[in-house]
Amino acid sequence: MRVSVSWLREYVDLPADLPTGDLEQALVDLGIEVESVVDLAETVTGQLVVGEVREIEELTGFKKPIRFCRVDVGAANGTGEPQEIVCGARNFAPGDRVVVILPGGVLPGGFAIGARKTYGHNSAGMICSAKELGLGDDHSGIIVLGSDVTAKPGDDARPVVGLDDVVLDLEITPDRGYALSLRGLARELSHAFDVPLRDPALAPAPGGTGTPPYPVEVRDTVGCDRFTARLVRGVDPTAPTPSWMQQRLVTAGIRSISLPVDITNYVMLELGQPMHAFDADRIAGPLVVRRAEAGEKLTTLDGVNRVLTADDMVICDAGLPNALAGEGAGVPISLAAVMGGETSEVVAGTTTVLFEAAHWDPAMVGRTARRHKLFSEAAKRWERGVDPAVALVALERAVRLLTEHGGGTPSAEILDIDHVRPRTPISLPADLPTRRVGVEYPPARVVALLERVGCTVAQGADRLSEDPGAVGVASGVGTVLSVTPPTWRPDLTDPADLVEEVVRLDGYDRVPSVLPTAPPGRGLTPRQRRRRAVAGSLAERGYVEVLAHPFVSPELADQLGLPADDPRRPAVRLANPLSEEEPLLRTMLLGPLLGILKRNLGRGHRDLALYEIGAVFHPRLGAGSPPAMGVDRRPTDEEFAAADAVVPAQPVHVAVVLSGDLDPAGWWGAGRPAGWADAIEAARDVLAAAGIPDERVEVRAAEYAPWHPGRCAELRVDGSVVGHAGELHPVVVAALELPRRTSAMELNLDTLPPTPVTPAPTVSGFPPALIDVALVLDESVPAEQVRRALEAGAGELLEDVRLFDVYSGAQLGPGRRSLAYKLTFRAPDRTLTVEEAVAARDAAVAVAAERLGATLRGA
Amino acid sequence: MSYRNDPYDPKQVALLDPAALAEAVADATKAFEAAADPDALTALRSVHLGDRSPVSLARREIGALPPAAKSDAGKRVNEARRAIESAYAERAEVVEREQAERVLVEERVDVTLPYDRRPRGARHPLSTLMESISDLFVGMGYEVAEGPEVDLEWVNFDALNIPADHPARGLMDTFHIAPEGSGLVLRTHTSTVQTRTMLSRKPPIYVIVPGRVYRTDEIDATHSPVFHQAEGLVVDKGITMAHLRGTLDHFARAMFGPEAKTRWRPHYFPFTEPSAEFDVWFPEHRDGPQWVEWGGCGMVNPRVLRACGVDPEVYSGFAFGMGIDRTLMVRHGVSDIRHLFEGDVRFSRALGTGA
Repeated sequence: MRVSVSWLREYVDLPADLPTGDLEQALVDLGIEVESVVDLAETVTGQLVVGEVREIEELTGFKKPIRFCRVDVGAANGTGEPQEIVCGARNFAPGDRVVVILPGGVLPGGFAIGARKTYGHNSAGMICSAKELGLGDDHSGIIVLGSDVTAKPGDDARPVVGLDDVVLDLEITPDRGYALSLRGLARELSHAFDVPLRDPALAPAPGGTGTPPYPVEVRDTVGCDRFTARLVRGVDPTAPTPSWMQQRLVTAGIRSISLPVDITNYVMLELGQPMHAFDADRIAGPLVVRRAEAGEKLTTLDGVNRVLTADDMVICDAGLPNALAGEGAGVPISLAAVMGGETSEVVAGTTTVLFEAAHWDPAMVGRTARRHKLFSEAAKRWERGVDPAVALVALERAVRLLTEHGGGTPSAEILDIDHVRPRTPISLPADLPTRRVGVEYPPARVVALLERVGCTVAQGADRLSEDPGAVGVASGVGTVLSVTPPTWRPDLTDPADLVEEVVRLDGYDRVPSVLPTAPPGRGLTPRQRRRRAVAGSLAERGYVEVLAHPFVSPELADQLGLPADDPRRPAVRLANPLSEEEPLLRTMLLGPLLGILKRNLGRGHRDLALYEIGAVFHPRLGAGSPPAMGVDRRPTDEEFAAADAVVPAQPVHVAVVLSGDLDPAGWWGAGRPAGWADAIEAARDVLAAAGIPDERVEVRAAEYAPWHPGRCAELRVDGSVVGHAGELHPVVVAALELPRRTSAMELNLDTLPPTPVTPAPTVSGFPPALIDVALVLDESVPAEQVRRALEAGAGELLEDVRLFDVYSGAQLGPGRRSLAYKLTFRAPDRTLTVEEAVAARDAAVAVAAERLGATLRGA
Repeated sequence: MSYRNDPYDPKQVALLDPAALAEAVADATKAFEAAADPDALTALRSVHLGDRSPVSLARREIGALPPAAKSDAGKRVNEARRAIESAYAERAEVVEREQAERVLVEERVDVTLPYDRRPRGARHPLSTLMESISDLFVGMGYEVAEGPEVDLEWVNFDALNIPADHPARGLMDTFHIAPEGSGLVLRTHTSTVQTRTMLSRKPPIYVIVPGRVYRTDEIDATHSPVFHQAEGLVVDKGITMAHLRGTLDHFARAMFGPEAKTRWRPHYFPFTEPSAEFDVWFPEHRDGPQWVEWGGCGMVNPRVLRACGVDPEVYSGFAFGMGIDRTLMVRHGVSDIRHLFEGDVRFSRALGTGA
């Protein structure tokens, strides 16, 4: 909401020389956000004067029509001679008074004005449009001053065009519709500066008459609980809107259209009551206010033909037949509360104006505005709540403005169909503000503050009914106030709302700072600790954490080569994605993570090791919609469980991607490229950091997209698959344009079993016995199985198995390979003899031979 | 070969002459001094102390002396030998020390050679900041609560006193989940976890909720459709706005230094009443000490308590929420929010350990 301070001063006696900073602070302290404060006097520098156009010479032969003008600027230019100015606008004639900036002046935006030769003539200065002066968006022509302006050529033009004012741009929170008006803002400022308010809503206004000025039937008094109207006949259709009104509308960002329409907008800004002006001569019969029939059509003022729903409220012309809506229902001529229709709008020749000021259901208006994407100034106010008591005052104000500036005669009859229900009082324990805020507010203070915002406060029933003594009243304990909020505050419905009014007016800065004492907490959960441990271990390993957006394209599943029935294909879809290309939420981290890998590569990074920990999203297929739940009570556990069952599964995954060298090349020698083994190592590191003992982890070969079928491992914990690691499939690498041999790992952290309490190992101080053993096996036997066989056979003396060489060669024969292990044996209580160690070695080899057909190399 | 029974030879006996012994000592000492390293010195040992050395030969001559002269001569020979051994030991110590020093000099390397053989990894600064916020509140007895990112509209809106037709719902710029009527949204705030926490726990409740949230904001330098919030919720008997201020002040000092403080502006949130936006005084701001918009807060609206099964006649509570991304950006002078989500390794490496 943009308003000028001079307009506000009409209703509230602000201090005469109020610094703008103090004004801004006062508004902020009241909960009104100040987007900007602009002192218009400072926006245009130099001489900005009134000029009177003397001669216009039309210049031809240019791409567009150009005028060479001689403009009388009085003595402002020092010579008294007419100023010669070239101008591109055409909306003026000799004799018009205009706004001229003389050479040396600077317009908003730092646009310096000089004297120069253009279009073959000297041009010294400029004739200004509203936009050039920063007064609005109107750039259709230059400003032509109205006949009501008394300024003479050479006078300072700033006061004439409103450039001597201060303009506030205010952001009003959605609960406080009343502050979207001069009336409401003035009231707030009267609180801040403790000065009297001249409430324009208190102006005298005649009440409704027995006979209406125009027949109106309200068929839905829930959607429309008040409808007032009055006619003005014989209006001069050529009467212009006075400049002061135009200026105030322009400041508020509202275009000037015609006198009757401008008046409705002006009254809306002043009183907060949106209005509508009909051309009564363009309506055939009585007006009917009703819900629309689904499928009815209406062309609104913006020229859009709209299809209505049964929830929209419409004003109809019952003089027109309507087969769809039935006898007497009429044809919609206005989308109630949101926007008028084309057929009944005030036009250039309108002489009979029917003003309407109604009160509509805010929820209905909100739905209609959203459905039709019509967020008009009126809809904005209705949605936030309009004072139902101000309609007749607004009507009277509009009628007076119209007859004053456009002539005509108001009807003696006034329509007022009033179904507004009186507000019910709120019971407020007088000590509630003190108990909620932690500041001592005596009951008298609470009452005074609530009365200042317009509430009526009565002493309600006393809780201590047996002892209605002075003690309870003085301290507020037990005293219950009966508070009736003012008609313009529909937002005040609960005791908590009244508490806010008390602390807001008393000052938030009075609230002291006290730390509450929480009961002893349990610290982080095991799941939270595990995530931290995993994140920390990957970072220590040289991986860099990134946070990707979870939005992905439907093509990604194909690019990753997921099979048609892969459970990662069904994805949660956004109804309103930012980009139509990426409407899905990720089902695995790798997609977006590979995107980040590519971005880094694009920026010249070559050796990359990235990781992410985050949620992935799996829809509950066929889950349907959640059951409706109210808010007047807690849903039962069953109700909430039924609703919760619709929420997509969102397990937390961890993933890494690798490309380039993991160990970089340097002066020390060559680098080591990252590969499948590093991805598997990262997976094992994660499991170790998650506290899963090695013996419960199993690595197996797997074929799983998007990995290379021969270079993919699945990681199992206690036999359950928890994730995959290895080199990406060459086709995937090609489809995503990644470097060859890009490797990756992804695990589901939520499927890991809880971290067990690990039993302590026996740490023996006796020396180890080290024995090397080389086994020849079929090359299809996985090393993991060989290790397990050796461990199983060696028994308890085995401390460690380390594979130190893998060899295949002609001497072993085709399809064979040799695995060389270093076995470490140690006893807890003695130094092992050679015989014992060899016996254990032999037992280990025996199991490997039995299970896997291993033979000792060279044996 | 033995000399024991050889006939007396004056020339040999002359070796026992004091002058000759003194000369042997002098020769040895001089030779030792000339030895440059332990190897050269060791080689000299047999020359001056070995079997064929002058002192050894002299000792052999003692037997040829008349008995009266033997004792005297023996003493002289021993003294000479001790002198040579002592000279040897002294010199050995010197050459060994010199040798050790020489090795240290020879083994000198250029320690300024760049050694970045094991590239450093990093946490994301938002992650570390969320963890430090969690730790702060855990230290105060809070627990860290979490909830799903795709959640029920009822949890995100209705239960928080934002009914379907409320204008505040339109202002939230919500990502809705298809199809229409799914009843699901990407949560627009971490306040969803307020709802879920109150549904699943009994007061007293003291929780901090760091997490990811979503709004349909087009990406630019200050907007991202994905961002992060930390939300605090306390529900207990006798909780007041003063407790809220105390908590926020403590939080502000932990994030922005001991001089930090908070300032409140009345505001509107459907789920709190009274409500405020709060600013924090940040003395070390990149552009000089100033107030920085930080977050929103207020007393939990009794309607929210009721919808979540908490009796507003018995309990009251406060809630606050602030942008973690914004906190990070203000603290570290990050000018463009896109840096947080583009994943450029330079960004995380620079900030990932100190946030």
